[in-house]
Amino acid sequence: MGLLSDPNRRRALINLLTRLNAPICVVCYMAGVAWFMGLAFEPFTLRTYMSENAMGSTMVEERFPSGERAVATGREFAAHKKKVSGMPVEWLVKTMQARGLEVYTQRFSRTLPFPDENKERYMVKGTNVYGILRAPRAPRTEALVLSAPCTPGDNNNQAVGLLLGLAQYFRNQIYWAKDIIFLVNDHDLIGMQAWLEGYHHTNTTGMDWSPLQGRGGSIQAALSLELSSDVVTSMDLVLEGLNGQLPNLDLANLFYAFCQKIGVLCTIQGKLQRNDWDSVSGYSHAVQTMMLMVMKQASGRPWGDHGLFLRYHIEAATIKGINSFRQYKTDATTIGRLLEGMYRKLNNLLERLHQSYFFYLMPSLSHFVSIGYYMPAFGLLAVILLPGVLSVLTPLVISHLTGAALYMLPIRFQEMAVEHFPVSETEAVVLTAIAVYTAGLALPHNTHRLLSGEGTEQGWRVLKLVALLYLAVLLGCTALINFSLGFILALTLVPAAAFVTPHVPKVLSAFVLVILSPACTLLFSVFFFQELQEMPVSFLDGWLLYLSVISQGILDHFLYGSLVYPLIALLVYPCWLLFWNILFWK
Amino acid sequence: HYAAAQKQAEPAVLQPTPQPKDDFQEELVVRPLHSGDIYASFQFRTLWETDFMRGNKVSHYRLFPKSLGQVISKFSVRELHISFTQGYWRTMQWGQPYLPSPPGAELWVWFQDSVTDVDATWKELTNVLSGIFCASLNFIDSTNTVQPSASFKPLGIGNVTDHRFLRYATLPREIVCTENLTPWKKLLPCGSKAGLAVLLKSEKLFHSSFHSQAVHIRPVCQDWQCKTTSWELRQTLNVVFDLHNSGQGKREWSLFKMFSRTLTEACPLASSSKIYIDITDNPEQFELSPATSLLSQAMVLGDRRTFSVYDLTQQDTFGSVRSLNLLIRWKSTEGDMLRPLLHAERYVAGYGLQTGEIHTLMYNHHPYRSFPVLLLDSVPWYLRLYIHTLTVTSKGKDNKPSYIHYQPSKDRVRPHLLEMLVQLPPNSVTEVTVQFERALLKWTEYTPDPNHGFYVGSSVISSLVPSTVAMDTNSTRERPLFSSFFPCKEESSYFVRVYTEPLLVNLPTPDFSMPYNVICLTCTVVAVGYGSLYNLLTRSFQIEEPSPGLAKRIANVIRKMRGVPPL
Repeated sequence: MGLLSDPNRRRALINLLTRLNAPICVVCYMAGVAWFMGLAFEPFTLRTYMSENAMGSTMVEERFPSGERAVATGREFAAHKKKVSGMPVEWLVKTMQARGLEVYTQRFSRTLPFPDENKERYMVKGTNVYGILRAPRAPRTEALVLSAPCTPGDNNNQAVGLLLGLAQYFRNQIYWAKDIIFLVNDHDLIGMQAWLEGYHHTNTTGMDWSPLQGRGGSIQAALSLELSSDVVTSMDLVLEGLNGQLPNLDLANLFYAFCQKIGVLCTIQGKLQRNDWDSVSGYSHAVQTMMLMVMKQASGRPWGDHGLFLRYHIEAATIKGINSFRQYKTDATTIGRLLEGMYRKLNNLLERLHQSYFFYLMPSLSHFVSIGYYMPAFGLLAVILLPGVLSVLTPLVISHLTGAALYMLPIRFQEMAVEHFPVSETEAVVLTAIAVYTAGLALPHNTHRLLSGEGTEQGWRVLKLVALLYLAVLLGCTALINFSLGFILALTLVPAAAFVTPHVPKVLSAFVLVILSPACTLLFSVFFFQELQEMPVSFLDGWLLYLSVISQGILDHFLYGSLVYPLIALLVYPCWLLFWNILFWK
Repeated sequence: HYAAAQKQAEPAVLQPTPQPKDDFQEELVVRPLHSGDIYASFQFRTLWETDFMRGNKVSHYRLFPKSLGQVISKFSVRELHISFTQGYWRTMQWGQPYLPSPPGAELWVWFQDSVTDVDATWKELTNVLSGIFCASLNFIDSTNTVQPSASFKPLGIGNVTDHRFLRYATLPREIVCTENLTPWKKLLPCGSKAGLAVLLKSEKLFHSSFHSQAVHIRPVCQDWQCKTTSWELRQTLNVVFDLHNSGQGKREWSLFKMFSRTLTEACPLASSSKIYIDITDNPEQFELSPATSLLSQAMVLGDRRTFSVYDLTQQDTFGSVRSLNLLIRWKSTEGDMLRPLLHAERYVAGYGLQTGEIHTLMYNHHPYRSFPVLLLDSVPWYLRLYIHTLTVTSKGKDNKPSYIHYQPSKDRVRPHLLEMLVQLPPNSVTEVTVQFERALLKWTEYTPDPNHGFYVGSSVISSLVPSTVAMDTNSTRERPLFSSFFPCKEESSYFVRVYTEPLLVNLPTPDFSMPYNVICLTCTVVAVGYGSLYNLLTRSFQIEEPSPGLAKRIANVIRKMRGVPPL
């Protein structure tokens, strides 16, 4: 502390800091990005390990025999599905009852705020069917869930077949200590949302559902199964849930452990694990896997039916069967054994999964980056904002009003827009959103007219101070909850925040500022995501994709309560507008 | 009521015999269930004409277990009911049980009105019982004990109804296993050496869907005039075997398949030893071998049931092979179960770790009769009930309870007690909801496995349910017309107690490795951060000139004399 108590050295330090402010900022920014990229380098990451004792040391044997029969059941299900062109409720009820389960159904209906053109639905009506396997000598206090969505077309029939096959096999075993709920949900996420709301008797999104008749107590863990072929080459694990929430890492460990034991190829983000981490291609593979996770998490949408469980403090993941052109195939019996093993271990749980990490990134299935490792990358970016605070109120309110307009108008004005312009409802919503967003750019002029006077030098300094503090808090909070989203926003907004003053060249700066705005970030993210998935798109296709991503974001918010859209509209966008204001300060 | 039914079936049992003064009976009732499962219910009854009270020293025990006799006299117990249950009775699949019990352990005791300090006696009694039954009953303390005002009335004779002398507690977390079964079997006069108790082998009893064992002690009348009282000890054991877990999945049960034993003799000390098979649905559904000509009719749970009776005291019951292995085989799986008229379920609604809502659903399946039920809820203090949010609705309308007894909780002292008398409209669901807040416990109050959650015991629903026999006033099945016009009072309703499932609630749980981190962090912050900040704030800093050298000092003296500023 001698450093601070000596006024001479204190002055020298401050001088040094003010003099080197710009280079320090640049260095910090570069260091932050470099640190982040380093996270994917294997020697810098930790190997995954099972933290939960109850799942680690105990041995289970997998004996599920009847994969063939499960596939046949899947075909039967497909036939019935085609016959009624939808969910074959009666057949499912009868089949589950024959397998000795307590069967219940739940009806639900939901009118979307505007038509979802990707999935071609507007007024959704459906029925969930679930059967409960009652654990012998357990008092209905704990349950596990295995779900398979009933999707239109020829998809996912094998998943339902395997679910029924497992139900039959599980029913004849004596060792269950938790009830197991076998759920076939209609209309994928909407059905899942209805079922979860019904189970917990809450209503967060204004859905209509009939109350559930049978329950199994508090749900400890859930797996959602997606399987569209009789044989698969690999199993893919999907972790990213609503609002970027992730399940406990032990669930991923469990999946990985059993894939290793049974000898099934397993992937995450559709990427196999590679051993050549020291080569450039190996490293870029890991970066690609991690960046895919970052992009998916940042999007805040549920990337599988499991995503909605996480809100209810239920650890959940989706397991997808992938059938590619690889030689080595895995049959349904093996997948059944994989699931059997996982459920037996989950059945052994004495407590909810809590031992392992909840905040992590995965550059491969066997390695993870914990919160302690990735936060410094964000910290280095955020520290740039602090010297900015050292320098010294006003259009804050107007920026937020614009944000509120961006949040509310698209849905409110869709009917009016459809009347006056030749567009569909979905386009109306998206285009209104973009229009409001763009209209916000004209804000500085209006602000000044309102203020009716020349802005002072001190004025913009105060504004910048407020904006910087705002951004620091906003990004800090976002990164805590959803690291990926926080990081991506920091990557673009922080430079914008750092350089903007009224004294820089106007046209060039305005261009840069627009490039760094949240909407453009999203646009780039769309292209980047396609690139990562090795499916590059042309600009026009990318633009259409961009529009549909916006509409999906809005839909996710209204259907499942995803928070990304309101976050962008109500907080991030107004914050960016403040910087826009500073640039055009007179 | 079932006891009453037994009395009707054998009126000779209660006739006073001067020698001996105690009496032991054993019986097994087997009920094939519609789901293909099978329900077996054992009852062992010891009657003893003695007086434990008024300082009477009883030292000679014959059939009655001495350990329990001493408990009765030492703690002045009037009535004692204790049950240990593993599993949950599935009312909708299995119908009503003969003797209901909640999952875990349940204990309720009526003390004599001579007891002055009931709480202390109760505390001591639970510790003694804990030893006798090898169970964690010592965890019963004031935080989970309540005094129900209406739900638990004495089942024996006696006119004490002041609920100050009643204590009721449940331990929903208690796990029942062989270590509880062995001491229970030791209380029987024949142990598990002879009679029906040879069937009670733990490897089969715990390979089942439901297992419940209980001990009931109460004073009963010795004769019809009720001049003197006897003590009755009833030991019961109920078990349900699962069709799917039993192996081949064929709808066929035998004593051997259920218990991996057959019967060769009755308990020699028993005055009566019988097996009853509920054959009300015979012969349409299943066949029984060996066949018996002895039939018995009884009113059980509001329904007229027919039983085949096997008397184990008769040698010819065992046939030429000297062993009895009853076989029940289903012929068809047709036919519907009579839907239970009353059933209930309970769950926790909401998400997050701050608040929640307890929903209790009570179903009245009677097509046209409404009946009142008594709901008893005992909720631990760490769920802080918002009693102003209590709602009772049936068929979408507010249902006002005619009686409410609510005792608020005291933190770390006593639980919430809520008792309500609610009228259930015919063919309806009545929903009782109440919101609660989850308390943050002190860190030593968490269990060793805090992330498992905390249990809330079952609610108890007691009711007089209109009987199904009274329902079919039109039917003249085996009844003369003159007897069936006015519904007979005894048959018109029957007593049912339904237990809901216990709840598992998660409370906000700290990360227990955190104290270490917090201590380290706090110490660092205090030492470095606060210390230096305090330093900076309280001290003033000045630039101090180093003391000048000798030459400089001399030069300064000269400069001073010249009137020039010093160096």
